[in-house]
Amino acid sequence: MDVSSPRFKEKAVIALANPTLRQALGQSRKGFVNKRAELVAALPEFEALRDQARDVKNHVLENLDHYLERFDSAVTAAGGHVHWARDAEEARNIILGICERVQARTITKGKSMVSEEVNLNAALEERGYTVVETDLGEYIIQLAKEPPSHIIAPAIHKTKEQVSDLFEAAHGGPRKTTVADLVTEARLVLRDKYFKADVGITGGNYLVAETGSSIIVTNEGNGDLTQTLAKVHIVTSGIERIVPTLEDVSLFLRILARSATGQETETYTTLSTGPRRPGDVDGPEEFHVVLVDNGRSKMLGGKFQDMLRCIRCGACMNHCPVYGAVGGHAYGWVYPGPMGSVLTPLFVGLDATYDLPNACTLNGRCQSVCPVRIPLPELLRELRHQQHQRGISPPVQRRALGVWRFVAERPGLYQFANRLAARALKSLGGREGRLRHLPFAGGWTALRDLPAPEGKTFLELWQARKT
Amino acid sequence: MPRVGLFATCLMNLFRPTVGFAAARLLEDAGCTVEVPMAQSCCGQPGYNSGDFDAARALAKQVITAFEGFDYVVGPSGSCMATLRHDYPKLFEGDPAWRPRAEALAARSHELLSFLTDVCGVSKVAAAYTGTVTYHDSCSGLRGLGVKAQPRLLLGSVEGLQLTEMQDAEVCCGFGGTFCVKYPEISGRMVDDKLANVAATGADTLLGGDLGCLMNMAGRLRRQGSTLKVFHTAEVLAGMATGGGIGEGER
Repeated sequence: MDVSSPRFKEKAVIALANPTLRQALGQSRKGFVNKRAELVAALPEFEALRDQARDVKNHVLENLDHYLERFDSAVTAAGGHVHWARDAEEARNIILGICERVQARTITKGKSMVSEEVNLNAALEERGYTVVETDLGEYIIQLAKEPPSHIIAPAIHKTKEQVSDLFEAAHGGPRKTTVADLVTEARLVLRDKYFKADVGITGGNYLVAETGSSIIVTNEGNGDLTQTLAKVHIVTSGIERIVPTLEDVSLFLRILARSATGQETETYTTLSTGPRRPGDVDGPEEFHVVLVDNGRSKMLGGKFQDMLRCIRCGACMNHCPVYGAVGGHAYGWVYPGPMGSVLTPLFVGLDATYDLPNACTLNGRCQSVCPVRIPLPELLRELRHQQHQRGISPPVQRRALGVWRFVAERPGLYQFANRLAARALKSLGGREGRLRHLPFAGGWTALRDLPAPEGKTFLELWQARKT
Repeated sequence: MPRVGLFATCLMNLFRPTVGFAAARLLEDAGCTVEVPMAQSCCGQPGYNSGDFDAARALAKQVITAFEGFDYVVGPSGSCMATLRHDYPKLFEGDPAWRPRAEALAARSHELLSFLTDVCGVSKVAAAYTGTVTYHDSCSGLRGLGVKAQPRLLLGSVEGLQLTEMQDAEVCCGFGGTFCVKYPEISGRMVDDKLANVAATGADTLLGGDLGCLMNMAGRLRRQGSTLKVFHTAEVLAGMATGGGIGEGER
């Protein structure tokens, strides 16, 4: 996927002017936020579960090599294969190699953000494979030829009417207008694809070290059909998605559904452990897990290790007012919102992603809902720090900071400057007590008046009061 | 009597001295001696949030030194005081000379209303305000310092004042320090969403505990031609919300 993050501002402004997007985003996000709040209020131990989840993830990250090796052995023991991909290209090549060997033609896919991250679909289509996304949201955006705009609700930016248009064009009408009819139509179209599929590719919400199982959770059951009906099942997952035991999985399932969609549990939780065994009624003939690093191991032991706890629930973006205003596409790569603003600069580089850590008010709502307590604002600030140190932040900002520091380090000078400013701005504000325009403050006065000062500074008034 | 050093936040010092005097009055009414060290300027947050950690450290040292002798450091801002409480110790991680001093300052630093209620045990004030108010929870105070119940408790004791809660009171107003000038369009949408929730309450006055947010919201209200009054909570609690509100004319 191309990185359009350098155009964040431009894309954000376009998104802000799009009333359809506003409508689409407003409805769904409100639903997620409200349902989550209700369920959290009804579960007194939710905060304790967050602590536990954080601790389990931290433990895994501290011992990641151990758990990855255990997972590898367990998958192999169950008759499956583990492949290690250092980067996106290796991941694509591994999957292309499997598809070629089994002479695949049709490939079905459950939702997988890692497959977006390694740009898998384009590579598969380039080789002539028919690729069908089976998650309803992914299917919609595949028809629309768009990237996902949300990690769990990829088509959140689409209204029902837009989906009706897309389906009518792709399926050849008659046009369906109710959600139920649209879903039924998608199910009928997709049902056929599952049976034709040679390879089914899914993500992996959890990789269980003790059993070698990969686990997906969905609300549509599409993942089950993708992975059991195809001859070959390939799991694509980041190396950090390991959990030690099935017992741990139950903990994560409790917080994931609540945090993501505001459900007590997702409709389907499906474990895959190796290929079909003799006597099994269904299941794939081959089972592969592609473990993708792609920059993750570099985060271990550094300032961004906490980010590797992420369970991809989307709560941070559901609660982010900036995401809510501009939607996911403005962020310009695979992962949007707060978690994406941390991950994208780390994965694609600081240079092309200046805006992402900066387009944030550090209001902390993301951190307050993160089920694994990732200090997202702190990580975004750390990225700003690295931008500053590497000279990526704009020269005008660096100069302004230099002047501000010089003056603020000299309280006498600072107070003198403030006294002048208080008088000047007071006089410019006139009787109305506010300024409509101010040189060098266009970012403020484009949309707001500047309330004028009272005329004297607090410190000078305080001193005067004492004497 | 506890000796309190009043932290004169940049925006208060320059734009709204009344908030400083309101804070001093509330602290004195709570039995504190209030002093204002002149060797203060800024807490350093603009540098910290812009990634210039060296500048933030330089200003933090200045604040730590200026306020070292006081029993408490109190400021009428959740944002600045969260910087003192949470960020200073982080800034000096691994610095054996400054880390303990930063931690000692952090432990003594409080946002005004949480200090009054949680430390001094104040539960009511002797003030009157005629009007229906709605209260915006500024993010740093709310999530950084747990300021939520304290302003509501104290506002509940103001004679004639009626508090009506807005929807999404805990959602950011779009200020975010330099964010609002770097991303004015996004900030504009956020403040408009906020002000729509304010308007829906029918309140005639908007209150909050951070001047950045208040100036953002008041500035936008004035641009829209609204006459809704905007005050810092301390002004109302100290009975000093008698003149013009923020962004209004002659007081």
